[in-house]
Amino acid sequence: MKMTAAQALIRCLAEQGVDVVFGYPGGNILPVYDAMCESSGIKHILVRHEQGAVHAADGYARVTGRVGVCIATSGPGATNLVTGIANAYMDSIPLVVITGQVPTTMVGTDAFQEVDITGITIPITKHNYLVKDASKIPLIIKRAFYIASTGRPGPVLIDLPKNVLQEKISCSNPSDLKLLGYKPNYKGHKSQIAMACDLIMKAKQPVIYAGGGVIASNGSDILYNLAERISTPVACTLMGLGGFPGCHPLSLGMLGLHGTRYANMAIMESDVLIALGVRFDDRVAVDFSSFAPKAKIIHVDIDPAEIGKNVKVNVPIVGDVKLVMEAMLVRLEEKKEEQWLAQIEAWKSEYPLKYEPSTELKPQFIIEMIREITDGEAVIVTDVGQHQMWAAQYYRAKKPRTFITSGGLGTMGYGLPAAIGAQIGDPGRDVILITGDGSFQMCMQEFGTAVEQGLPVKVIILNNKSLGMVRQLQEFYCDKRYTATIFQKNPDFVKFAGVYDSLGLRVSEPGQLRSALEQALKVKEPVIIDCIINQDENVYPMVLAGQPLSQPVDR
Amino acid sequence: MRHILAVLVENNPGVLTRVAGLFSRRGYNIDSLTVGRTESLNISRMTIVVEGDDLVLEQVTKQLHKLIDVIKINDITSEQYVDRELVLIKVGADPVIRGEILQIVDIFRARIVDIGRRTLIIECTGDEGKINAVIESLKPFGIKELVRTGKVAMLRGQKFTSISETKEDE
Ligand SMILES: Cc1ncc(C[n+]2csc(CCOP(=O)(O)OP(=O)(O)O)c2C)c(N)n1
Repeated sequence: MKMTAAQALIRCLAEQGVDVVFGYPGGNILPVYDAMCESSGIKHILVRHEQGAVHAADGYARVTGRVGVCIATSGPGATNLVTGIANAYMDSIPLVVITGQVPTTMVGTDAFQEVDITGITIPITKHNYLVKDASKIPLIIKRAFYIASTGRPGPVLIDLPKNVLQEKISCSNPSDLKLLGYKPNYKGHKSQIAMACDLIMKAKQPVIYAGGGVIASNGSDILYNLAERISTPVACTLMGLGGFPGCHPLSLGMLGLHGTRYANMAIMESDVLIALGVRFDDRVAVDFSSFAPKAKIIHVDIDPAEIGKNVKVNVPIVGDVKLVMEAMLVRLEEKKEEQWLAQIEAWKSEYPLKYEPSTELKPQFIIEMIREITDGEAVIVTDVGQHQMWAAQYYRAKKPRTFITSGGLGTMGYGLPAAIGAQIGDPGRDVILITGDGSFQMCMQEFGTAVEQGLPVKVIILNNKSLGMVRQLQEFYCDKRYTATIFQKNPDFVKFAGVYDSLGLRVSEPGQLRSALEQALKVKEPVIIDCIINQDENVYPMVLAGQPLSQPVDR
Repeated sequence: MRHILAVLVENNPGVLTRVAGLFSRRGYNIDSLTVGRTESLNISRMTIVVEGDDLVLEQVTKQLHKLIDVIKINDITSEQYVDRELVLIKVGADPVIRGEILQIVDIFRARIVDIGRRTLIIECTGDEGKINAVIESLKPFGIKELVRTGKVAMLRGQKFTSISETKEDE
């Protein structure tokens, strides 16, 4: 049966199991939109800015583990996606990004709304395609989903010239998926795994350092078994939060720059470090040369390029984190290093995460209250800044895919659209966005999308009238010269909710918080809670530049 | 240390941009990069000469492998291989000194491929050392223009860098 390439595209998306796409129309992508109304089964979410579409697709992908799909037109539509694509690339999130392009006859002529989006996105996509031959669309779609979702996941962009979309093709189901140059290795080398297990059995002070790879491989349950089997404490990266229950006795919380002191001390004293689906990022290691100085390092990752990139490792294992952990469990016997565990406990009680109890509304208290009220069953989405770190520290995420945050790129504005995608991906859960007044204003236009779609996202603004995280840097590193970090004028966020006929609440005292949260969670619509907090509140612990990981400033 | 990488890539548009972009983006130093067709229609071969220690080379190789269009990479530096480069040199050649130039051309088994009123174009192939030597010898006559292809290389004997070999690997 002949159909237009645009119709074939929609059909191929449906075949891939896509039931929702996030997008924004325009001239050159119009054939796709035209084909969409005839299609069954694919819901289109109209956002307010293309950045919203790509972050929403990203949030959807993180919560569901499926490939997120977004669509934009050529030129400005495509460039508006760039931040979101980079964000997904840095955090290894599977996306298929579809852009319109000027007709092939016009490509290269600086035509109206022409931009070389495949050129622009080479460094921030796992792969991309400029489609010139309409008949290849079914094959390219299939490959794009395959590439995006396998190996180390990532975004794949498909650029579609308008005339290509209008061509008639026969939509066959391509059987040949073979890619000569792409063969991810899942299994992990047997003898390497054996060597790792030997090391672990001999370890006196082992620590597990778990990252986003644990969640991406759906390996959280296996990690749980592994940690318990060998009684080894687990420190999570920001991306790994939820990969191991934050309230488990073996949990060390988050490590790194704003990590718990006991996590960082455990890392520095460990004799065997079991690194699972992590990349020794500079926000974790802080200083590569002095990271885990006493440890033999076992590094498991699906991406060979991450192994040995920043830190020398003793036992490299390339493979799917979940499969490798399963193979390890076959070999590992129960063990328990009592002395080490006692030491960890001592550090935990000596250097707990703490904040001064106060009659003022404390950001840490807000997060703890959210955790208490939701019992850790909500999906928490954050923006970027101090509020993100407080959420990471105090929420103690319980389950995988319930702590959604921009890790590698640190994209302010990610939160609200990602929360929209998360709510669509997991309609049954409470989705709570923890944001700052700065971040929220970067994508707050998407509140309209949430209202229009009837998504009960709860927006908690930790409002310090400033770009708090940068203000904190200025406090420590710029002699308190607060240049361009204090807002002289913010909108009234309660009224802002009102503009959309939504509920807005303001909380400025601790006593008001619980009832506000409970009220908001009862409403099956978006709600904004504007929490007024102190401007001079800082995130602690904080490892200062040049200082060892284990000696942070702790107020 | 300089390494010679033989890289097989799928012959897709943009593959050169992807590879070249990777090197500049990650700060690797390319000495030379050549690319051309191979015995298979859809596969091209790049010969990349890159400067760096073992750690850098390991990253270069791994990062190259992440490109979907890259099929196979061989670091042939420490193997037995044949490498060749081609150079075209336009030298000033007044009739009085042509004899001398011809002698040099002879010695290097190079060729004259164009004769102008005051210039000659000389073509020479060989390994890097030979090319450098021929250039040095012609310098005194005044090199007006020079273009080198960069290196192509192939393993000697029964070793291969080709797609058929890739299949056997699996
Ligand atoms: C798009 C973008 N621009 C700039 C930054 C740099 N930056 C990091 S945190 C931060 C301040 C965030 O302020 P806010 O959202 O109010 O959160 P707070 O730190 O006050 O909790 C800034 C400007 C960034 N991460 N992302």
